[in-house]
Amino acid sequence: MTHAIRIGSGLGFYGDNWEPVVASIERGQVQFIASDHLAELTLAILQKDRQRGPALGYARDVVPMLVRLWPLMQPRGVRFVCNAGGLNPMGAAQAVQKALATAGWHPRIAVVSGDDVLAQLQAPGERFDHMMNGADVASVRERLVFGNAYLGAQPIVEALDLGADIVITGRVADAALFLGPLVHALGWKLADAVTPEDFHRLAQGLTVGHLLECSGQGSGGNFGSQGSWQHIPDWAHIGYPIAEVWPDGTAFITKAPGTGGLVNFDTVRQQLLYEVHNPHAYFSPDVVLDMGQIQLHDEGQHRVRLTGAQGSAPTDQLKVVAGFQDGFKAEISWGFSWPDAWDKVQSAEAMIRSQLIERQMPFDELFVEYPGLNSAHGPLAPLPPAAELNERAEIWVRMVLRTRSKAVADGFGRLFPWMALSGPAYTCGFQGLNTSSALLGIWPTLIPRDRVQARVEILEPGA
Amino acid sequence: MTATLLKIPLARIAHARSGDKADWVDFGLFAWNEAGYRLLEREVTAAKVQAHFAPWLPGQVDAWPLPNILAMKFVLHGALQGGGARNLRLDNLGKAMGAALLRLEIDVTEEELEQAQKSPRKGWWPEMSTRT
Repeated sequence: MTHAIRIGSGLGFYGDNWEPVVASIERGQVQFIASDHLAELTLAILQKDRQRGPALGYARDVVPMLVRLWPLMQPRGVRFVCNAGGLNPMGAAQAVQKALATAGWHPRIAVVSGDDVLAQLQAPGERFDHMMNGADVASVRERLVFGNAYLGAQPIVEALDLGADIVITGRVADAALFLGPLVHALGWKLADAVTPEDFHRLAQGLTVGHLLECSGQGSGGNFGSQGSWQHIPDWAHIGYPIAEVWPDGTAFITKAPGTGGLVNFDTVRQQLLYEVHNPHAYFSPDVVLDMGQIQLHDEGQHRVRLTGAQGSAPTDQLKVVAGFQDGFKAEISWGFSWPDAWDKVQSAEAMIRSQLIERQMPFDELFVEYPGLNSAHGPLAPLPPAAELNERAEIWVRMVLRTRSKAVADGFGRLFPWMALSGPAYTCGFQGLNTSSALLGIWPTLIPRDRVQARVEILEPGA
Repeated sequence: MTATLLKIPLARIAHARSGDKADWVDFGLFAWNEAGYRLLEREVTAAKVQAHFAPWLPGQVDAWPLPNILAMKFVLHGALQGGGARNLRLDNLGKAMGAALLRLEIDVTEEELEQAQKSPRKGWWPEMSTRT
């Protein structure tokens, strides 16, 4: 096989914009689009959906996304892989099938599941220690609401080998959404990888996936800098990154012609290190990646060559991210005008603290920040002296209550309205009468690989 | 002649992005060229990053130099009140913390600063190259 494969980035999160994918399909010469709908916390949102209806629990944007994109993909033979299945991949697949059938389209859809390991985490006596702090899962076991293992690329490869046009998974490693199509199309060894070359190729593929899994963040979006971001053209029409990957693993990061954004050495490496811990041991279910010898050669004209990713065999454990109920919060925000705005904010805050005590409303924490002053940089943005703050045109305050009691959280917003007529003058923009919500703790842990069974099913036509 | 030492924020010679996983915030810190990278490697130690964030975080800081891409990797433990889904801050995911890193001040000579700022960037910046 001598040809390269081109794969394009889909969404980078549930709620992202799919319009840029149109340019990748129409002008980017891609054979695959891979789309990441699941951030670390997204399963928490989907879990709430599933409680409302058993047919829900998936990232619902995949349906309108494919209604828009499939008619463009089908005539060009472009295939689509996504993790929008969330907690209910079969439900997602059926919803996609139904919506596309209504428009006269009948793609072959595969479902990848088996990532849900909540029952194993909930079983008494099991050890699933917190990956980062070593705590025993027993401390949160009763409060767990979801727990999913990160599957690798293998079931995606199987689905594509079975001829699927669209593959819908639950939780898989984000980069595996891209590695799967590369292994399938380029004939790389995966489960049977043995030699250093086998693992280096997989490491290149994993790096490609990592660079493309966050949509526009890999092509100039969100470029963090002072004085340079202004030189990134036309974010409003950004082209999501596309990778051209050769059989030996050499890859080029680029984007569709005539789109906004910027693919260069700087934008690509900001994404390369994004949400990476030890860059010499980036774990995935398929390969362990060492970035220490990666070379990014900027060829200009939105084309960066990637070589040098080093791979080694994966471990016999998979990462799991679980979520547990961790109390409630309620928040208000309110604007106070000159004169003496700072002193008025302090007076309102003191009255709220005393009311919480007088009304015997138990809470763990009352967190206070001042949007416009310190909410982005916290204690690294030291507040000016009170006299100076009192001369400001306005001061905004945001108060957030953390409590184990839902009733206390529900009642927090009602502590404020009376101050509109019986408190400090010249205020505006109060928000937060009904803003209580549940908080979730995240529990990252590991599970032996042989306790997780991935399943691949082809959806029956017209099911 | 002794060189004059300047205190400059990292933003003058570097760019950065932050990300989150559970309760940890991670940073990629990037020099525009080799001259800038030599300063990052010399000046931006794990201890300095920890001291910079000390008013905010009690946690450990890990650091890895990556000379192959002129970058440094930092990981801040215990940075998000237990994690993004229970963090009460508006910036619950630490997205703006990369900018806070760029405010860290380092000591450089005038000559070193000039080299880091005037040496060509390794990346292709079409709009900047057409500027006068």
